Amino acid sequence: MLALAGVSVAFFALPFAGLIWRAPWSKVTDILSEKSVGTALWLSLETSLITALISCIFGVPLAWLLARVNFPGQSFVRALATLSMVLPPVVGGVALFFSFGRRGLFGQYLNDWFGIRLPFTTAGVVIAQCFVAMPFLVLTVEAAIRQLDSRYEDAARTLGASRLYVFRRITLPSIKPALVAGVALAWARALGEFGATITFAGNLPGTTQTMPLATYLALESDPEAALILSMLMITVSFVVLVGLRDRWLGHQRNDLVS
Amino acid sequence: MRRLASLVMVPIFGLVFAGCASSDDTTTSLRIAATSSLTEVFNDIGEQFMQANPDITIAFNFASSSDLALQISQGLPADVFASADVKNMAKITAAGLLHGQPVAFATNSLEIVVEKGNPLHIDSLAQLATRGLLFVTCPIEVPIGGYTAEVLRNAGVTVTPASLEENVKGILTKVALGEADAGIVYRTDILAAGSSVAGVPIADNVNLTTKYLVGALRDSQNQDASQRFISFLSSEQGQKIFSQFGFGPA
Repeated sequence: MLALAGVSVAFFALPFAGLIWRAPWSKVTDILSEKSVGTALWLSLETSLITALISCIFGVPLAWLLARVNFPGQSFVRALATLSMVLPPVVGGVALFFSFGRRGLFGQYLNDWFGIRLPFTTAGVVIAQCFVAMPFLVLTVEAAIRQLDSRYEDAARTLGASRLYVFRRITLPSIKPALVAGVALAWARALGEFGATITFAGNLPGTTQTMPLATYLALESDPEAALILSMLMITVSFVVLVGLRDRWLGHQRNDLVS
Repeated sequence: MRRLASLVMVPIFGLVFAGCASSDDTTTSLRIAATSSLTEVFNDIGEQFMQANPDITIAFNFASSSDLALQISQGLPADVFASADVKNMAKITAAGLLHGQPVAFATNSLEIVVEKGNPLHIDSLAQLATRGLLFVTCPIEVPIGGYTAEVLRNAGVTVTPASLEENVKGILTKVALGEADAGIVYRTDILAAGSSVAGVPIADNVNLTTKYLVGALRDSQNQDASQRFISFLSSEQGQKIFSQFGFGPA
C-alpha cells in the first residue's frame, strides 16, 4: 500500500522536479521584469479576481438554491451548473463562441443592439474563466450548506426572519470557511484557465493573453521564459492549495468538536 | 502488499511489451509531422502513397511548423518533418536532428481571407488597417505569422491584430465563424475551405512565394520508408496532387 502511494507521490512530484531542474534560475529577475511577462501577469490577476468576485455574487445564491430549495429539475440544474468542470475547456470555448460570439445565438443581439463584442476582449476572458471556474465555488458552498443543521434556519424562520435575513445572519457566517475555500478554488482555476480562453477570447498581449497563454506561446519563442512562468504559476497555485488544506481541516475539526 | 503491487505491475508491463511486439515485420508505420497548411493535400497524398506502397501505413500529426519543431527537438517520435518555412526546418537541421538535407517539394502564395460574400468589401491590404476591423494572425514564430508581417511590410501597411492564433487553421476558423473580419493565409487554405470563406488576391509585387521543405529525421528507424515518402512528394504523381490543391512546383 505504501509503495503504491509512493508511486503516486512520485508521479505528482517528478514533473515539478523536472521544471525546477531545467529552470534558468540565474535569469529569473530578468525574465520576470520583462514587460510582456508583467503584462500577462497583471492581466491574469485582474481577470481572475474579477472572475472570483462574479462567481461569488452569482455562485453563492445558486449554491443556496441547490442545497435548500426543492424544485423540479433540480438535479438537471445541478448537472448543468457543474458540466463545465468535466468538459474539455476547448469545448466550453467553442460553446461560448456559438452563444456569445459576434454571430452567436445571443451574441449577435449583443452586437447589433448594444455594440457589445465579447471575443477578443478582456471581458471575453472573464466570461471564459467564469464558465469553467464558478462550478468549483458552487459545489464547495452547496456541500457546506447541505451539511449545516437546517433547524437553526428553520427556527429563525418561525421567529419571523425573512429568507434573506436568515441567509445573511445564519447561513453565511456558518459556511464562511467553505466560502473562502470556494472563492480560492474558483480563483485558482480561473488563474490557470487556458483552453476556453484561447478559443473564445483569442490571444493578444495586454488584452487577452493571460499567464497560461503567455507560458504556452513562450515555449516556442523563449523556452526559458516559459519555464520561469510555469514556476511562477506553480508557486501561486501551491500556496493557495496549502492554505486551503489548513482551512478545510480546521473546518472539519470544528465540526467534530461541536 | 508486495504481491498486490506485482499483481498490478505485471499486467501493466505485459501491455507495454505487447504494444512493442505488435508492430509486425510486414508493414511499416510512418509518422509524419507536417505543418497544418498541408492538412488536406497530405491526407490525399497519404492515401495515394499507401495505395502504391501497401507495406507502409502513414499517421499524420498536423500542427504549426514552430510547434512541431519544438516538439521534435523535445523528442517527438516522428520519421518525417514537413515545414512551411525555411526558419523552422533550419532549427531542426542546426540541432543535428535531420538525416541528410531538407528537400523543397512545393510552393505557395498568400491571400487575404474574408467572411463569405466579403461583407466589408475588402479589396486590398491597405483596407486591413481600417479602424475597428478585426484582423487575426499568428505569432511571428509561426510561419504564416512571419509571412504576414513580411507582406504587410512590403505593402507599407500597419495592422493591429485582434488575436494571435495558434496556427493558420485558427485564423481560417475565426474568419469562417464570422468572429474575425480578415486574416492573411495561404492561397491553398482558401481553396480547401471552399465556400465557407472568400479570398481576396494580394498584388504580385508585394506577395511572397513560400517554400515547403521536407526531411527525414535522424532518430527514425524507418529511413527507407521515409525516403520513399519524400521521393513520392516530388514524383510526377505527387506533384499532380499538389497542383490540384493549388500548390506551385518547388
